[in-house]
Amino acid sequence: MHPRPSPKGKPVALFVTCIVDMIYPDTGMSVVKILEHLGIAVDFPMAQTCCGQPAFNSGYRSEARTVAQQFLTAFENAEVIVIPSGSCAAMVCHEYPTLFADNPRWQPVAERIASITWEFTEYLTVGLGIEDLHLKLPRPQIFAFHDACHGLRLLGLGSGARTLLSNTENAQVSSLVECDVCCGFGGTFAVKMPHVSSAMLQTKIEHIETHEAQTVVTGDASCLTQMNGGLSRQKSAKRVRHIANVLAEGLPDHEG
Amino acid sequence: MKVDSNNFIALADIAISDGHVPQAVGTGTRTAFNRRLGAMSATSPEHGDAMRQQAAEAKRRALRKLPELLEQAEANMTRNGITVLWAEDAAEAKRHMLDIVQRHDSKHVAKSKSMVTEEIALNDALIEAGIAVIETDLGEYILQINDEHPSHIIAPIIHKSKDEIRQVMQDKIGMPYLEDAQSMVAFAREKLRVEFLQADLGVSGANFIIAETGSLCLVTNEGNGRMVTTLPKVHVAFVGIERIVESMEDYATLTQVLPRSGTGQNMTVYTNIINGPCHDGGPEHLYVIFVDNGRSRIYANEKYTEALACIRCGACQNACPVYRATGGHAYGWVYGGPIGAVVTPLLVGIDKATPLPNASSLCGSCKQVCPVDIDLPRMLLDLRHDIVEQKHTEFMWNASMKAWEQVCASPRLFELGGKAARAALTIGVDRLVPNPLGQWKQQRDFPNFAPKSFRQQWRERQSK
Repeated sequence: MHPRPSPKGKPVALFVTCIVDMIYPDTGMSVVKILEHLGIAVDFPMAQTCCGQPAFNSGYRSEARTVAQQFLTAFENAEVIVIPSGSCAAMVCHEYPTLFADNPRWQPVAERIASITWEFTEYLTVGLGIEDLHLKLPRPQIFAFHDACHGLRLLGLGSGARTLLSNTENAQVSSLVECDVCCGFGGTFAVKMPHVSSAMLQTKIEHIETHEAQTVVTGDASCLTQMNGGLSRQKSAKRVRHIANVLAEGLPDHEG
Repeated sequence: MKVDSNNFIALADIAISDGHVPQAVGTGTRTAFNRRLGAMSATSPEHGDAMRQQAAEAKRRALRKLPELLEQAEANMTRNGITVLWAEDAAEAKRHMLDIVQRHDSKHVAKSKSMVTEEIALNDALIEAGIAVIETDLGEYILQINDEHPSHIIAPIIHKSKDEIRQVMQDKIGMPYLEDAQSMVAFAREKLRVEFLQADLGVSGANFIIAETGSLCLVTNEGNGRMVTTLPKVHVAFVGIERIVESMEDYATLTQVLPRSGTGQNMTVYTNIINGPCHDGGPEHLYVIFVDNGRSRIYANEKYTEALACIRCGACQNACPVYRATGGHAYGWVYGGPIGAVVTPLLVGIDKATPLPNASSLCGSCKQVCPVDIDLPRMLLDLRHDIVEQKHTEFMWNASMKAWEQVCASPRLFELGGKAARAALTIGVDRLVPNPLGQWKQQRDFPNFAPKSFRQQWRERQSK
């Protein structure tokens, strides 16, 4: 990793991710509300689209580069970039610098962007050093936590998200069996090999079903879509929610 | 061995719907995974990391010096009385073997476990030449009598439950019903003992070759490796050229991580270091056949050279959620799991194993557990790129990616595209034409698009 400038006291440019933009706008709004609650100025650069990972992970590097360049264009002047996804943040931090290795115009931009990009909970806990957001959920709840793979293994996110959640009043975090094993999503893998992906999901669902919590919390909307897709199909009452949505419910002015 | 890797999806689906394989593999891999974790961090997690780093460097150094180390090993082996032979491909390796068999008039071959002999389908060649060949690793033996191939690098029979194994032994070698595993093993031992005594040629692989001494290192748990390399008068070892390490010291480093990563043992039950033929009771003739069979090609492509650092411990297979779900046979060749998804296309040709690099969710568990820190997810990504570059992709994906690229390059189109997708899904257009969403929806629901996208909501918020 490149040395990262401290994000303290700087305005945040939010990259919501394509899936949050179209399917889960509430997650994006939750991030905005939490950051604004902390007194941080948030901007949403309108030129943003996708990080390019679907193409990159499928081997379509030229297509991925076009889309990544759109990201760089949209965020070229940002001071701090926050993304509510470990997977998209890993794409920006790890792949952009090499993806533009032969491009003198965009390579330095990619390097700089990689150094100022943070996953949402990483930004709060590592970047700002916040462990307690002083939030209170409307009612007591037990949560299980699923560590999404790319955040865990590519960004090395530790227990930051869990800490933020367990320091929230009325929230109790209890560990999920094989919480660090993949849910089977894997981007295009989920549709290229649907039965393998679903078999992996089934194992995850069995662990969720035997857990005491009604709600599983995770940091990636894509993994959440996979897990909820299975839970919903199997008529389970349990659901997976994004960490930002859960935390935002603890804000003082949350409309329930 | 016949390559069936292009059928990965069908083979995986069969394994998944059958259910027995994932059940057995799931149990076996999880047990091994947990044992590895315990053994590698027994002193402390930091100590485990240090062992991995040291091992990774030992293998990388060996790879950097591979050509000279091979020559050094050959010179030392020759001095020790070992006959060294080189095989560029499977056919040449088998020719060498048949020559040796003929020279010593061998009739009965006893083998200890060796993945490289699976690669070259040695047993078929021997049987065709009228030579009796018996696998003496217990798992391999059971697979052989049931006409199957190993599905895991170190636990060849991981895909079978105890009940299934019992059934095979009852059906194929006349075992009476025996309840416990120990009695079943005792029955197999009686059968195998006869084979060991009858064998006039022993075949083994090697876990490591030490260049500075010309030694052959073998680690086993059943003792069959020692029998095979000491009882018959002739011993032939098949060795992939990448098994080489520079020094005894490097061997000491690597032999600490191999059993810990593979089975969670600090040390295997048997460790053999063989320096040459023996003239007072052991094998009088010792041959080492260095097998290339595509390895030089991997070596020459710097994106994948590191794949040759693999010490064949199977930890990546145990950690891989895809492998756990499908078992090793689905990969259609010798090596399953993440390392198989990388080396199979490289060894047999990417056109013969196109689905394998995509048989991964890129979760990264394989890299995390690899004792020599091979960046398998990175190689899978590079292979996927190779597949696209070499045009082994489907038209549907090429077209989808092109369209997606156009849409994402323009925020306007992106927003319109989102609206169009929402409208299309609302009226169920996805049910009319085959598309990735149909694959998704076989076993999973897909959420509705939001009535208002984030950017719409943001725009409204800003204009307030």
